[in-house]
Amino acid sequence: MTEQKNPCCTGSNPGYAELGAYIDALKIDPKDPERKEMLIMTLHKAQSIFGYLPAEVQKFVAKKFSIPHADVSGVISFYNYFTTTPKGKTNISICMGTACYVNGSEKILQDFEKALGIKSGQVTADGRFSIESLRCVGACGLAPVVLINEHVYGKVKQGQAEKIIEEYLIEYGEQVEVQ
Amino acid sequence: MTTRIESFEQLKQKYEEYKSLVEVRADLDYDGDQKFILVCGGTGCVSSKSLQIVENFNNLIKEHGVQDKVRASISGCFGFCEKGPIVKVFPENVFYVQVTPDDAKEIFEKHIMNDEVVDRLLYVEPVTQKSMHDSLEMPFYRRQMRVALRHCGLIDPEIIEEYIGVGGYQSMAKVITQMTPEEAIEIMKQSGLGGRGGAGFSTGRKWEFGRMYQSDRKFVICNADEGDPGAFMDRSIMEGDAHTVIEGMAIAAYCIGADQGYVYIRAEYPLAVKRLQIAIDEARELGLLGKNILGTDFSFDVDVRLGAGAFVCGEETALIQSIQGNRGEPTTKPPFPAEKGLWQQPTVVNNVETLANVPVIFDKGPEWFANIGTEKSKGTKVFALAGKVNNVGLVEVPMGTTLRQLIFEIGGGVRGGGKFKAAQSGGPSGGCIPEQFLDTPIDFQSLGQIGSMMGSGGMIVMSDSDCMVNIARFYLEFIVEESCGRCVPCRVGTKRMLEILTDITKGKGTPEMLVELQSLAETIKDTALCGLGQTAPNPVLSTLRYFMDEYKAHVEEKRCPAGVCTDLLHYEIIPDKCIGCTACARTCPVNCISGAPKQVHVIDQEKCIKCGNCLVKCRFGAVVRK
Repeated sequence: MTEQKNPCCTGSNPGYAELGAYIDALKIDPKDPERKEMLIMTLHKAQSIFGYLPAEVQKFVAKKFSIPHADVSGVISFYNYFTTTPKGKTNISICMGTACYVNGSEKILQDFEKALGIKSGQVTADGRFSIESLRCVGACGLAPVVLINEHVYGKVKQGQAEKIIEEYLIEYGEQVEVQ
Repeated sequence: MTTRIESFEQLKQKYEEYKSLVEVRADLDYDGDQKFILVCGGTGCVSSKSLQIVENFNNLIKEHGVQDKVRASISGCFGFCEKGPIVKVFPENVFYVQVTPDDAKEIFEKHIMNDEVVDRLLYVEPVTQKSMHDSLEMPFYRRQMRVALRHCGLIDPEIIEEYIGVGGYQSMAKVITQMTPEEAIEIMKQSGLGGRGGAGFSTGRKWEFGRMYQSDRKFVICNADEGDPGAFMDRSIMEGDAHTVIEGMAIAAYCIGADQGYVYIRAEYPLAVKRLQIAIDEARELGLLGKNILGTDFSFDVDVRLGAGAFVCGEETALIQSIQGNRGEPTTKPPFPAEKGLWQQPTVVNNVETLANVPVIFDKGPEWFANIGTEKSKGTKVFALAGKVNNVGLVEVPMGTTLRQLIFEIGGGVRGGGKFKAAQSGGPSGGCIPEQFLDTPIDFQSLGQIGSMMGSGGMIVMSDSDCMVNIARFYLEFIVEESCGRCVPCRVGTKRMLEILTDITKGKGTPEMLVELQSLAETIKDTALCGLGQTAPNPVLSTLRYFMDEYKAHVEEKRCPAGVCTDLLHYEIIPDKCIGCTACARTCPVNCISGAPKQVHVIDQEKCIKCGNCLVKCRFGAVVRK
């Protein structure tokens, strides 16, 4: 996959200063064999700053921790929560936990895929929307559940995809027209 | 600015001081003039705007100038998620369901100001159609016994004073000031508490091992990586009563001789992470965590470590790898973590619910605890009841309660009038339990005997509209995605099983495949490295054992009895019922339905993609799925 050049991740990005300050505060001793203890927490921080973890960010973290880039990349590829590709501005996650699954979440996912014209795991060409499936947010009482960014929509029925996206954009989204 | 609590005596003084904060809620015979409005602040209810409800109540309280008599706050999960958001008014104990932010005004004006119950927001018992005032009378709560969840739906989880006001941290104080670690471990062993993560191993013995191995560095880890899809017990405990977990960890640490603890928690639970962090900060500020707790030699601190979405990290050795900043791959046991765990030091890993039970045992005594439950499984168990059941929610029952009581009495039966087919316990590691075992008393042993397992407490109810072959495939898909790849049986074996199951659901199954599936499942069970792999075949083995007829229907007749597997279905129009309204033809995305208006329509089976739109659209019941 070609690394998407995103202006957010050039060296001059203020995100690096923030991430750098976070790591510096950990006071990592390059000789401490236990220095990786805060690596996963740091990657969470990095992903919250940049939205994803491209190679430049990985190298930055590796250098700060005095560990090989491969160690960082290995951890990222192991855990589902970390992503090396940017998500859409509005990320839609459909819960595929068992409770949601038996309540028809597969059909709900298809609905959203149809509404946005992309498949799960993809981002729309304009970078505005992305869809993914995830495992159980623990709101099984509301199954089936859809998350748009961090907002939960429960007891979703078939045929509501467009309505939910509109609702989200009106209430929380950037002020843009909905196609 | 709060001051440190320096001794057990001071803690008791604080308890006397703060008791009144929770009195109106905790004391069933309260006869003062205070009122308290408690609004559920669990993930489910927060999603349905419960925080807005609290805000509205607080504004109303201010507007009416009744701050000295009425208070409103959030609480942990009440458990009755199906009917959320929940609002409970004390001291009358009135339980309102499905409250909207706008309803706050009515509850406030009628109930709070005029002692008039708002009937339309009460829970209506579906069978008798009777509205119920008191939650303790509701069938959902009647059979429950709340031990681990004792403070959920009672105190505000973000205020440590409330936890101290219900006697919090006194068990820890008692243990560290009056007992030797050996005495405390003995009490844990007498209580019979078994690990609530699923295996039920004696917590007291685990601590004994942790104590036995000598080292100047030891650790306690709280396993809050609740990865089973459909389970939310641990999340609710941490959201509703994080201090209990911290107190349990501190007692464990004292017993084994650790001074550092970690809570390893899923990143997918932001609210639980937030509340846990608040609780840790509060406890540190009061000196209930940190150096020389309550003026003793005992020092202990807790830090939070986030998971990052890997199911295998719920396995303790993988979890330890993850805290060390590595890929979460399990390691071989022995050595067990109690000998060589985090950073090769003795480490005890306990599940959230296990730890939540610990303070109660020291408060009420091991005999009290050992009296609850069955001969071999003591205490209660929290279940997350979900799926096709009327009352989805969080329930806690004594061990030995039957599945029938759990699903039909507390759970209110199968949703939408469907027929019960199976209950799935233990998540991807458990099995599907058919109807004939509904009267089995639930404990660690009995569930194992019928091919499932207790697991962490997920209980998914399935009805006759769920295809068991497809459910087995669903779990396998999960396992294949989550297998860490370290050992061959799990990495390759589960993948082969998934391929076979996918073929069967697509109508390409052969009788030989069923034999192969069985033998693969048994081999993986015997040879995989860790708990994830060894239990991964359970959903397949249990469905093969109890639902062979469904497998056979798929393989021999190419038919899905539940009507789920798309490739085995087809749609037909019943000529007698079709009035030729053309609705189906217009909704068909591939234009495979032909027929003139007012004439009988026909589906072209070759072109049909089986989307089911026509079935949904037809208002005359003319379209059928076969």
